[in-house]
Amino acid sequence: MSAPFLWIILPAAIAIVAMLIKNQRILSIAGGSLAILLALVALIVPIDQALQIGGGSFKIAPAIQILGRRLILVPADGSLLAILYGLIAMWFLGGEVTDTARRLVPFGLIVAALLVASIAVEPFLYAAILIELAVLLAIPLLLPPKQLPGPGVMRFLVYQTLGMPFILFAGWLLAGVEASPGELALAVQSATTLGLGFAFLLALFPLYTWLPMLADEVSPYVLGFLFWVLPTITIIFGMGFLDRYSWLRTSEQLSQILSVGGLLMVVTGGLWSAFQRHLSRQMAYAVIAETGFSLLALSLTPEKAVDTVFLLIIPRSLALLVWAISLTRLKEQVEPLLYRNVQGMARSYPITAAGLILAHLSVAGFPLLAGFPIRLALWEGLASQSLTVAFWFLVGILGLLIGAIRTLAVLVMAPDGTDWEVQERWGSGIMIGLGVIGLFILGIFPQTFRFILVNLPTMFEHLGK
Amino acid sequence: MTIIAWIVVGSVLFTSAGLLISRDWRLELGLLGLQYVGVFWLTNQHWPISMAAIKLVTGWMAIATLGITRLNLKEAPDANEQFWPQGRLFRLFSAGIVTVIVITVVPRVEEIIPGIGLPVISGSLILMGLGMLHLGMTAQPFRVILGLLTVLSGFEALYAALESSILVAAMLSVVNLGLALVGAYLLTVPKPEESV
Repeated sequence: MSAPFLWIILPAAIAIVAMLIKNQRILSIAGGSLAILLALVALIVPIDQALQIGGGSFKIAPAIQILGRRLILVPADGSLLAILYGLIAMWFLGGEVTDTARRLVPFGLIVAALLVASIAVEPFLYAAILIELAVLLAIPLLLPPKQLPGPGVMRFLVYQTLGMPFILFAGWLLAGVEASPGELALAVQSATTLGLGFAFLLALFPLYTWLPMLADEVSPYVLGFLFWVLPTITIIFGMGFLDRYSWLRTSEQLSQILSVGGLLMVVTGGLWSAFQRHLSRQMAYAVIAETGFSLLALSLTPEKAVDTVFLLIIPRSLALLVWAISLTRLKEQVEPLLYRNVQGMARSYPITAAGLILAHLSVAGFPLLAGFPIRLALWEGLASQSLTVAFWFLVGILGLLIGAIRTLAVLVMAPDGTDWEVQERWGSGIMIGLGVIGLFILGIFPQTFRFILVNLPTMFEHLGK
Repeated sequence: MTIIAWIVVGSVLFTSAGLLISRDWRLELGLLGLQYVGVFWLTNQHWPISMAAIKLVTGWMAIATLGITRLNLKEAPDANEQFWPQGRLFRLFSAGIVTVIVITVVPRVEEIIPGIGLPVISGSLILMGLGMLHLGMTAQPFRVILGLLTVLSGFEALYAALESSILVAAMLSVVNLGLALVGAYLLTVPKPEESV
């Protein structure tokens, strides 16, 4: 058996079978169990090493050949696979309580398989095409069969599709720069093309206008899933470029560009969140700020950058998961999710409201929550490079914090004499409760998942060394 | 040979501008079909005919997918389109501006990527430019898909000169077919009055 078969072809094949299953609970549990199994295998069984089982030996081969090219998963990818499938399992298990399992599990599995393939494909440049295929599959995931496509969905499709040609073309130009490093004009052209490609893919400032629009139109849960998994893999893909091209990795301008780009994302995301009155849009701005945090992490010194980027993955997913389940529960009661419609809902949905606020606070880096240790480490790293950058980072964080406090005020602002009438569903309540416990555990004991993160930088040959 | 090359460039200019101006979906799909013949010819400059034919076959399959889906739908103007520039003259003028920009840019691109040939660069940049313009002028799913297919076909004509991997050709074909299927999926969503 080969690693690409196990973590790419097998989930994709099972996803096709899963499309035939109609029962949400079965789908959710089966999909979650499969993802947990894949995560455990990735964690326990080393790739490309013979294991003695009973009398015989067993080995997961690292590569398969497809049309003259290779899909290869090296032992260093094991930790990333474990994290990806482990977090995907959490999202799948929440699929039933959010009524999205019928779309999320089959399409989510194929999207996951394609994104893992994007990490495995050689030459790595072809990952752009696999990410584009994942984006195309995200459309039926985002839109149920009877929902009209809004402008947000169309812009999502257009912007994500436009990213692919830029990146493929930039890859060709970068090879030219590698061959003749003295050609400054070619270096500038290739870096600009690459930057444009990633600006489209990661929805960087100012190309993120579609994100809040999309948040208005689609299920918050599906949106949360996609906007954890797509940017995470795209950033790892981007780090592949830095690893591959030494001139890009050592460029001083790149660090400045990442720093300015990241700050723009954090500050604008934070400020728009502070003034936003729509709960789904607030999550979209948090996603924008999260992408900014990743860019800022990449702008740190090479030794810190890789570690910091990987440390962001788990808190981001957990906070978005809790946030998305809470939003979905509220959206079942009122729509649109404007402040005036959700006023005082904490009296009826206290667990949901608590989940929403704590997830928002976690993204804002509030103490004791999952986002705090990594925001603090990031802030410290930025402050050691530039106090101006650290100041603007604080402005963005404050914006997110103000947004959370405003939401809290609105949710508890019930008219005088309103009684507590708890209408929570136990399924979503348990999921939110577990997620909130996870947020606190990661906030108080940030080393909890260190054992799995410690090997991730070995994915890269040069980056971070 | 050079004259034929420039005739092909002229034909892709005609088809992509036609896609921008036309309001009849049958004509649009016909123009797109013709456009893929041009893309096939441009790709054939750097790829063997058997591989270049992939572009033609994939393109026509995408057209068939969109056509069959559109055929089963009622003829109804899209409300979204009321907000976008309607005048054909305006669209033609915009297409003219993009063409002029492409003409000025082509020699610069030729310097960056030497050896591809001016007709291939011109044809692909025209497709990409007018495809982008198309995307900027519409929010209707059918037209957005036509715009994206046009942009991608322009890119593929250029990229074929740089990359001859079979895997890339296969994956780009899947992307084109995927776009057509997404378009079909978006088109089949019932309009509010139909679903009542």
